[in-house]
Amino acid sequence: MKYLLMAYVNEAAWPQMTKGEQEQGMAAYTAYREALTTAGVLAGSNRLQPSSTATTVRLANGKSQVLDGPFVDSKEQLGGYFLIDVADLDAAISWAARCPASSHGVVEVRPIWGMPA
Amino acid sequence: MTFHDGDERARSTAEAVARRSYGKLVAFLAARTRDVAAAEDALSEAFASALADWPRNGCPSNPEAWLLTVARRKAIDMARSRRRHENAGEPLRVMAESLEAAAAESEIPDQRLALMFACAHPAIDAGIRAPLILQVVLGLDAARIASAFLVSPVAMGKRLVRAKDKIRQAGIPFCIPGRDELPGRLDTVLGSIYAAFAEAWTDPGGADVARRDLTEESLFLARLVAEMLPQEPEVLGLLALMLHAEARRRARRSADGEYVPLAEQDPALWDWEMIKEAEALLLEASNLRSIGRYQLEGALQSAHVFRRRTGRPNWPEVLQLYDALWAISGSPVVAINRALAIAEIHGAGAALSAMPSVSADARLSEYQPYWATRAELLAKTHAHDQARQAYEVAIGLERDPAVRRFLQKRLSRLPLGPPC
Repeated sequence: MKYLLMAYVNEAAWPQMTKGEQEQGMAAYTAYREALTTAGVLAGSNRLQPSSTATTVRLANGKSQVLDGPFVDSKEQLGGYFLIDVADLDAAISWAARCPASSHGVVEVRPIWGMPA
Repeated sequence: MTFHDGDERARSTAEAVARRSYGKLVAFLAARTRDVAAAEDALSEAFASALADWPRNGCPSNPEAWLLTVARRKAIDMARSRRRHENAGEPLRVMAESLEAAAAESEIPDQRLALMFACAHPAIDAGIRAPLILQVVLGLDAARIASAFLVSPVAMGKRLVRAKDKIRQAGIPFCIPGRDELPGRLDTVLGSIYAAFAEAWTDPGGADVARRDLTEESLFLARLVAEMLPQEPEVLGLLALMLHAEARRRARRSADGEYVPLAEQDPALWDWEMIKEAEALLLEASNLRSIGRYQLEGALQSAHVFRRRTGRPNWPEVLQLYDALWAISGSPVVAINRALAIAEIHGAGAALSAMPSVSADARLSEYQPYWATRAELLAKTHAHDQARQAYEVAIGLERDPAVRRFLQKRLSRLPLGPPC
């Protein structure tokens, strides 16, 4: 079954880290992707640019409305995602716990809609 | 600081008393009615009141009587409001009778061991036995258990309900198994307690030594079984094993919250009272002359402590213990640790040959220690590129940021090979 792991992080923390800490942080994600790949469960992943680069688009009262900034204004913002294909929710949660974001942010696990496993 | 410490200890003692009395009553009622969920329901309000009240105002002199008084009052109220619905009334009537029977006892007999045997019955799904025991014997809530076992709280709740239904519907007995069945059945009970302990054996927060997710609870359960079955060597072995592991908890983290492996720990930080207790248990167990996997694992802990304490290498003895454990369990985890012992005697090359393979057991592809051990051995044989890749996978599989950092440090110490 496919699950989307969404990594929410506090963006303000990154620039405050030392270069060494940032390198270690990046290395942790590289290792995480390596582990997902070796286990044969990774279906896709990407790091997103910061929420300051976001634009929200909606139709309000029949008119397009384009606003700068993310949809939700919160301390934690979506920083990236991992699409994984695993046996069940337990397995997805197990992987979410290994995602570096879970130790300093939050990882949301959501099953993909549709076809049964 | 001391004032708050005393407060905190009093609070946790009161909570422990509440859980113990609750567990005894659940066991008593469930054994009579075969209905674990109904027993929990009958006591839930009383238990919640106790958890709220006793840490603040102190424990009553007879905690079980206190809980029963509140529970019986609730049962009478419910019986009154349900009198119109005859069918719904029957289970309530049976429970109310059982509550009265409990109240008539001068001291509630302790049937928690029988309850544990019911929860760990072979007919119960293996993955739910440990959570079930934690909930029915200790009154832990599903959400807390779910977090410890990394399972969705809703899913955990549903599985617990299903398991309790199964106990009732399948007529699973509440008794201590007879002589013939006991070793096998006891193994599942001990396995459940060990599973709870192993789940607790991670410290994701790292810095907070006080955050012992399920460690205290699983130790309590092991002590309870040891109290009730003191002539069973594997029970003593499990308790000894857990005490050995727990004795070193504070040494596993540096002052900065960094992970410290066994070989680098400061023995002065170990709890030597606990180690002495573990050693005494292992001696008692060996006198009962029936070796088993927990005694062997306990003996291994003992051997590691001996080596660190005296500085005298004892790897041949350690390997012998791993050989025996491997023969009993066939577990890849044992094989991995055995390989490390082989490395100490015969070198990394021989150790690599002794390692289990991912192709033989797919679970190893997600088992961090497998990759971390492979990385260490590969590094020793100068296969640096393979070691690097293995470290990366190990880091990616690790939940605990402190252990990740430790592995990253090891990775960074690998010499850079020629560009590929």
